[in-house]
Order: sequence, then structure tokens, then C-alpha cells
Amino acid sequence: MTEEELKIDKSTLVKNPKGFKHPHDELLRKEAIPTIYCPGCGIGTTINAFLEAITKYCTIPHNDVFVVSGIGCSGRASGYINLDGFHSIHGRAIPFASGVEIAQPKLKPVIISGDGDLFSIGLGHLAHAARRNIDMVVICINNAIYGLTGGQDAPTTPVGAFSKTTPYGKISFPFNLSHITIANGATFCARYTVYEYIQLAKAIGRAMNHQGFSFIEVISNCHVNFGRHNNLGDAIAMRQMFKNARVKMDEKDIGLDYHKTDITYEVGKGFTKIPTGIFLEEREKPEEFSERIVHAYEFKK
Amino acid sequence: MVVEQHQPKIYPGLHFKNGNWAIVEGAIISGIAEFFAYPISPASEIVEYLSYRLPAVGGKAAFIVEDEIASINMCIGASWTGSKVMTTTSGPGFSLKQEGIGLAYMTETPLVIVNVQRGGPSTGLPTFSAQGDYMQVQFGSHGDYPAVALTPWSVQECFELTIKAFNLSEQLRTPVILLTDGEVSRMMESITIPEEKEIEIINRKTPAKGTDKATFKQFDVTNQPDLVPPMAHFGEGYTIFGTGLTHLDNGVPLLDEDLHSKLIHRLFKKIEINKNLFPEPDLHNVDDAEIIVIATGISARSALEAINIAREKGIKAGLIRLVTVWPFPEEIIEKYTKKAEFIVAEMSMGQLIWPVERYARKKCTLVSRLGGTPPSPKQILKAIEELKQR
Amino acid sequence: MEVHQHPEKKHYIVTEEIRCKGCGLCIDFCPKNCLGFSEEYNEKGWRVAKMHRMNDCIKCYMCERMCPDFAIYITEAETKEVSKASG
Repeated sequence: MTEEELKIDKSTLVKNPKGFKHPHDELLRKEAIPTIYCPGCGIGTTINAFLEAITKYCTIPHNDVFVVSGIGCSGRASGYINLDGFHSIHGRAIPFASGVEIAQPKLKPVIISGDGDLFSIGLGHLAHAARRNIDMVVICINNAIYGLTGGQDAPTTPVGAFSKTTPYGKISFPFNLSHITIANGATFCARYTVYEYIQLAKAIGRAMNHQGFSFIEVISNCHVNFGRHNNLGDAIAMRQMFKNARVKMDEKDIGLDYHKTDITYEVGKGFTKIPTGIFLEEREKPEEFSERIVHAYEFKK
Repeated sequence: MVVEQHQPKIYPGLHFKNGNWAIVEGAIISGIAEFFAYPISPASEIVEYLSYRLPAVGGKAAFIVEDEIASINMCIGASWTGSKVMTTTSGPGFSLKQEGIGLAYMTETPLVIVNVQRGGPSTGLPTFSAQGDYMQVQFGSHGDYPAVALTPWSVQECFELTIKAFNLSEQLRTPVILLTDGEVSRMMESITIPEEKEIEIINRKTPAKGTDKATFKQFDVTNQPDLVPPMAHFGEGYTIFGTGLTHLDNGVPLLDEDLHSKLIHRLFKKIEINKNLFPEPDLHNVDDAEIIVIATGISARSALEAINIAREKGIKAGLIRLVTVWPFPEEIIEKYTKKAEFIVAEMSMGQLIWPVERYARKKCTLVSRLGGTPPSPKQILKAIEELKQR
Repeated sequence: MEVHQHPEKKHYIVTEEIRCKGCGLCIDFCPKNCLGFSEEYNEKGWRVAKMHRMNDCIKCYMCERMCPDFAIYITEAETKEVSKASG
């Protein structure tokens, strides 16, 4: 870099700035900011994308949206968002949201939780909620590790990867989260990395407008636990890795073979192939769950 | 398929039914809107009957869900929208629900959980009764929380205590456990259901009209002498937040020593200062009694027969039947401990006897029986006579 | 809070020191290399991101989108922002 490029220019500074605030400031609980997240964490970016989605790309009034999360770093997300929210127990965000949705079908649940919370302890509930096609948006922030507890391996940790509980390399095979959710009956499924912010925000917006069970998998960087144990560098290096590994894939490319959406990882290199895109958007969708209840039982208050 | 409202909400008059039926009718009259449960003997009948009855009176949803844990969490969710909800289970399911129950206590969620006790531990005797979950109600979930539990001894009381359980849970914003047992739930007796206007139904405190929605706090007890915070619900514009973590008045978590201590103390105080709302113990012949039997539920029926026979034989025996089993009504024990010897009759290895001995400050006799039948009147009479000898 | 205004396009870039954790994502992903770390530390102990060369900013929004802590953002005009706040 030349000296010219490194020069700091203070001439554009505005004196006594007044009335400036972040475009999403209304939707943040101020007393909780700054967040507990490590510098550069993908969860913060995902929350940013979610807030952009509900302001720009989705038509649901904010009063009708509520955010539920489980336990984990991703689980803290509901505490930062200034909407009706609940921070449930480990793995049980989806049943809580199902209970609210069945009681008040006009509300739209958004579940923001992690891969361990949703696919380890919470897998049974996810499968049944997808089967029922309950109207909800599940945003699973997949960082391939159990982050909040310090870096133990998760069902999404790739083979050969290192973590605090796999010091010799992981021996069992990981889940393909999108595949599981589609197999259980989800009617909308997409995956994006935190690098692809705009597509992620738009996908979340489309999922919010969709009536039925929607699943968004967000590939996120946990550089402090996963990255550090596997020599993948800091937040910047991991997001560059996502940028290089992503492969555009949509319904036409997949056909019926959802194994094409598998993520590949090589020890020493990191993630080498991450298919991203909207994998499923059912147009001829089955009736959403609450509609079936309302039609079955005519009730008078 | 459309099912129109085609059944009346209440069937006043005399009936010959079992405890499970009475619990369902009590729940319907209380205004239950949703019901999520898992089939388990001996509580499956409640689920079956409610799946049929609730839609027919205009309720929203009554169905089986994938497991016990899902049912308790769905109930907590539905309660946060303002609905009255109930779930039913037995021993193994009650064990599974413990984390959810702890969450309900911590977030002050109104909820009724029916536990129809059966032989344990583990799978035990699924179709035989027991009273072995008593301590689990208070100590089943981790940490400290003030348990609230009621135990009926007749089909009539199953009906009345279900309504009382809903009222208490709404008034005090707490989960309430209806601790019944396989015998009371399945025996058939006469039950009289009164007219609807004679039944008192209480609903939870909601924010006063004109409350500022932006600054409302979901767990705030300023200006609430009964320490019960008004509860706002999802979708009303209050942007409420609830969490199982230690939290401030507005629900936002904060991991702080003083805050945690204050919060837990307040939860206990809330139950303590409202003790007058709980059903009183049922006393039989205790004023001049030298030997008092303490029992709950089906065991109390055996005990009543035993003390009547003892009186005929000239022994001054009495019965204290506990209706509210948690928080433990220590005043009644402390009142009679100097005047009489205590016998505790229960269908367990000795659980109710722990708080009894603690507040009596002396050793008490245990009459226990496992296997499905309550201690027989003969057994209890024998204990009374032996005690009289000493 | 530090605000810079582009002399021609008239948009503002705002950095909030109190929220920034110095992760460096905005600095590294800016295609025109406009941002850099501060000399001083903020009250939490991080070197925070600051606008160094506003004249090169092309309003691509990459910094605002990448930031996990809502610490850097672009706004159109001061008056518009004030009216948005009250609306």
C-alpha cells in the first residue's frame, strides 16, 4: 500500500452529529447491546440479516412476529431482538413456538437456534414440527460445534475435525441439516453462509412470507472454537473460506438427490464445498397446520 | 371435517363417573383452551375423553404430541398467549417433564399438570396405584422453587380440585400439580356437578388499561401487594420476553448474585403470603384425639375407616387429611404435635412422613404399603392399637 | 459515535465505538479500503473500526452488512434519519 492509500483523512468528519441511529435500532433491546458474541461472530451478522429481512422483505406486522430460541450462543439471539420473545430450555424452542402458534395462529414464530440445540437434543421436535407443516421459520445457525460450552463436537462437526472432545479427530459422520428437514416434510428450505448476506436476508424474507414449515440453514463462523482447533484462522479468514467454498445450488440442480447438498470438509483445508441456495420452495403446498385446526373445529368465543 | 359446537359446557346434576371424567369436566368448566399430552397409563383416559370433549365445546386444540417433553413445552407456549392449559401424565412422564416444570416456575407461567401416580420407580406397575411421587413434586426439578400441589380423595374432589388448581395457577401465576393416584382416578362414585353460576372461575391478572406498552415489565411487582406480576401475552404489542435464566423485571437475563437471590426469594414469598388461598386440611375427630393419622388421597379413606373403628373401641383417634400437600401445611402439624401421637399412612416407602416429622419435631409411625392397594383399615388400626399400648 | 459525510454523494457512514469489538470484518471486506483501526482503545479495550478515507467510499453497504455488532452503518441524510426516528 502506498503512503497515499494509508493516509487518514479527517476532512469528512461531521461535527456534533445528531439523530443518527442504526437502521435496525428500533428492533434491538438497547440494554442488552453490546452482545456477548465474540468479535466477528456469524450470529451477529445473522441477526442483522434477520432484522433486514423483516423490515424490507417481509409483509408481516412486527407485532405478530415472535422470536424463540434455545440454549447456546445462537440461543441468546432472542434476547437482543425487540420483539415478543422467549428463551426456552435446551432443544425445546420448537415445541414452545408450536404451542403459541396453535393457540394463536395469526402470530408468526421465528426460531433462532443453533445446530446442537435443534439437531441434537431437539431433533425429535424438529421432525414432528416439519411433519405437521406448522407455520414457522426455523433459522438454524450452523457453526459445526457446541460453542457456548467451550468447543465440544456437535453432530455437524465434520469427520477428522478437531475439538475439545475430539482431540484426535472426529470419528463419526455429520448430519446434512437441510436434507433431514426436507425429508421430514418441510415445505421451504434454504442454506446460505454468513458471507452471502443479501441472499440470506432475502431468503429469510421469503421464508417469513411462506405459509408452512420453513427452514433456513446459516453456515456461520465460530473462529474462536471451531476455527482455532482446526487452524482455520480468524473471522475474516473463515468468511473468505465460505466465499470460496460456496456452490450455487437450487431445486433444478438438486432434482431428487439431496445428497448433492452435502458439505465437504478436508482436514487442513477447511470447508471445500458448501452448496447454497434455495433448495426447496413448494408451490403446491399442503395446508398449513393451523388452517386444519381452524377448519376442523368451529369455535365461538 | 367440521365439528360444530354440539355439547353443553357443563352437565349439572348427579352422575356416576370416575375421577378421570371429573378432572376433564373440571377443566372444561375452568375454560381450558388447549391441551397437549402423551398417552400413559393410568392417565390416558383423560387424554382420550378430552380429545373428544374439548372440540365439542368450542376449545381450540386437544391432541397427543410426540413426547412428554414436547407436551409441557407446548403448554408453556400456549399459556403465554393467554390460554388456560393442562397436561396429564404419570410417573415416568412426570420425570421427563421436570426441566419444563422448572421453566414454568421460573417464568411464572400459569399451568395445570395432572400426575396420576402409579407404581414406580421406572416403568414399575403401570396399571397399579401408588403415592410415590410426593417428594418429586417439590424436589424433582433442579434448584429451589415453591411447589404447589393438591391431592383429591374422591371423584367429587377430583372435579372441585381441578377447578381450584386452575384458579390458583391463574391467581398466583404458577404451575399447579394435581397429584392424584390410579385408584382415585379410576374408581367410580357419585358426583354432583353444580350449576355454572355457583362455580367461581378466576382469570390471571393482565396489565391495567392504559399501561404504556413500551415500558411494561413482565415480572414487575411494584404496586402488587400479593407479589403476583400482571402478565402480558404474545401478539398484544408489549414486546415481552421470558427466559429460564435469572432475569430482571423486564425479562432480560442478567447473571448477578443479588438479583438471583432476590428473584428466588420473591417466588417463595409469593406462595407464602397467599397461603390463605389454598384448601385447608380436612379434619376428622382431632379435637380430643390422642393418636392422629395423617394421610392424603386414597390412603385417607382407609384411615377414616380405621379411626372410626378405633373410636368404637374406645381409642381417641383422629384423622388429618391433607388436601394441599405442597406448600406443606405445617401449622396443622405444629398445632397438634404436643397433644397427639402421629401415624402417617401412605402408599410409598415413606415420603409424606418427612415433612410431618420435621414439623412435629418427633418420631412418627409409618404405615406403608406398596403394590397398588392403599394401607388397609386393619393395618392402620393395628398401628393405632400398638401406639395406644405404648 | 463518529460520523463522516461523503462530499459529493452526501451519504453518511457512522461508527459507534461503544459497540465495536474490533473484529476487522468491515475493514477487510471494504472493496475500496476506506476503513482502518483506531489508534486508541474503546472503553471495553478494543481497537475500533474507523472511517479513514471517506472520499473513496462507493456506498456498497458491505461494512454495514458484515458487522455482527450493529456498530457501523450508512444513512442517507441527517434530517431524514431524525424524521425516521420520530415516525
